[in-house]
Amino acid sequence: MKQNAAAQSSASVSVRGIALSYGAVKVLKALDLDIMDGEFIVLLGPSGCGKSTLLNCIAGLLEPSEGQVFIKGKNVTWEEPKDRGIGMVFQSYALYPQMTVERNLSFGLRVSGLPKKEIEKRVKRVAEMLQLEELLQRKPTALSGGQRQRVAIGRALVREVDVFLFDEPLSNLDAKLRAELRVEIKRLHQRLGNTMIYVTHDQIEAMTLADRIAVMRGGVIQQLDEPQTIYNKPRNLYVAGFIGSPSMNFINGAIMGSGSKATFAFAGEKVSLTDYVSERPLVAGAAVLGVRPEHILLDHAANKDASDSFKATVDLVEPMGSDSLVWLKIGEQLLSARVESNRSFAAGQKIGVRFRVGLASVFDEATTDRF
Amino acid sequence: MVYTALILTSLYYLIPLYVMIITSVKDLDAIRYGNIFIPTANPTLDPWIKAWSQACTGLKCSGLAPGFFNSVSITIPSVIVSIAVASVSGYSLANWPFKFGEFFFTVLLVGSFIPYQVMLYPLVIITREMGIYSTLWAVIFVHTVFGLPILTLLFRNYFASLPPELFKAARVDGAGYWRIFFQVMLPMSVPIFTVAVILQVTGIWNDFLFGVIYAGPTNYPMTVQLNNIVNSLQGVKEYNVDMAATILTGLVPLTIYFVSGRYFVRGIAAGAVKG
Repeated sequence: MKQNAAAQSSASVSVRGIALSYGAVKVLKALDLDIMDGEFIVLLGPSGCGKSTLLNCIAGLLEPSEGQVFIKGKNVTWEEPKDRGIGMVFQSYALYPQMTVERNLSFGLRVSGLPKKEIEKRVKRVAEMLQLEELLQRKPTALSGGQRQRVAIGRALVREVDVFLFDEPLSNLDAKLRAELRVEIKRLHQRLGNTMIYVTHDQIEAMTLADRIAVMRGGVIQQLDEPQTIYNKPRNLYVAGFIGSPSMNFINGAIMGSGSKATFAFAGEKVSLTDYVSERPLVAGAAVLGVRPEHILLDHAANKDASDSFKATVDLVEPMGSDSLVWLKIGEQLLSARVESNRSFAAGQKIGVRFRVGLASVFDEATTDRF
Repeated sequence: MVYTALILTSLYYLIPLYVMIITSVKDLDAIRYGNIFIPTANPTLDPWIKAWSQACTGLKCSGLAPGFFNSVSITIPSVIVSIAVASVSGYSLANWPFKFGEFFFTVLLVGSFIPYQVMLYPLVIITREMGIYSTLWAVIFVHTVFGLPILTLLFRNYFASLPPELFKAARVDGAGYWRIFFQVMLPMSVPIFTVAVILQVTGIWNDFLFGVIYAGPTNYPMTVQLNNIVNSLQGVKEYNVDMAATILTGLVPLTIYFVSGRYFVRGIAAGAVKG
């Protein structure tokens, strides 16, 4: 829905063939990215994947070796950060330690020489929005981590710009605060409707906040899609393994036959791929079946009737409160299955197992791409 | 236990100072008795007055006072100029990567290890050609130049240790080179500036070599004048005056250490360990 609305309006931020190297190390490799007006994009990846570098290039804090950056249709590749119409929030808050909250918020506005009245008005508005009124005369050292990050967000907001950049803004906070601020950021986006580009290595943040997620690895975007698509139809093994916690089960085997008769064979078992939703035709040969833990169904007794069921041994059980993770052994293959916590399993127990093939992914072992 | 050891060690190191102080208030008769550890019964401040304003160096008998004022006029401008230039250079090196910046930094690093003696004569020629040889300006110039490598290093390391995101935030906020320096970096740099001031004031105040070579006889700094007083013999050796003169000369660096010792250690730790 969001996508449709976004597709009609123009691109807010466009990155064209951005490349950046430090000596021989290529951090970004000819990367393209189009971000729609009002879209919330999350750049997700492990540390060193180039996501922060990309954000810094968009901000103008790093100069790319090649390629160009457009914001609101304007080529800003060689513009100063302040002339790009961006606001930025950093992981370490980066508040000016010697200034009060009010001075921190207004610093950029004072630099640009805005009239005093206007500065006061904007600071007041942002302070209200982020509940900072009580803190305006305090120094950053007298604030808690969450308050500091709210000030940092406020400092980006007062600039009243089109695009907000977040560089792992919640990574320094404890789990509870992180969840709170995550909601606050999402609410802010709903209210302001600005374009937001958000860098994180936390997949929960990515899934909950993003309109679209760009999963990055080695300076390349592996997949750019809506969170559900990324989760359900990961384009390759890397994305499949990176997204999801507990992570997806990978079973090495082979595709036999083709079309609707195709089956996946592993460890002496066979799984019909009739229900499989493929993006491209299945090809016989070495392959990897990826099944998420919640897509493995367990039957207490080995069900002889169900043709798609096979036997497994319970290895161990990890109760996680809302549900339990049951580790299974099929031959040498270890699998994790997520079950409701009220179902009990004991180690060593023999049970029947079925895969929800319609929600699984099959990857070509050679190219690691999804069929 | 710890305190016993510390107190004993301090006492041991304070013995020379003790001897100097009690000798400086003895008259010459009392000194002649020997007993350097025993205070005199009739202390006098005359040796101090003589050291300050009457002691003879060669032909002139005006004490240390002119040397003191020379040292002040050398130290103040050298400290200010060298720190001003070095802090801006350090800031540039740490925050504004430029072409050959690394190379420049290496040159600076090597520069701070070259022994002074190598450059003494070239600098005589340079200051002569500049027309300032044998003036206070020559000493000021030389001190400023020699202070730059180590100070720039100190400032670069300090600025490099500040969170880089702060600098980025200021750039996004639209602040330029000088505004970031003055409004963001400087307020956070009090410790390192204190260290730099201490290093420079004590270093320049204690300098003897450059003072002798570049200042010219009328502009000798206090250290040179002290040497001339202590080493010029006219009749009897006035140990009490020598002691008073020595303490007077050492008073400035001593005061600085006392006032800012805490900062000194903290700043050295902050600036020197990182980077």
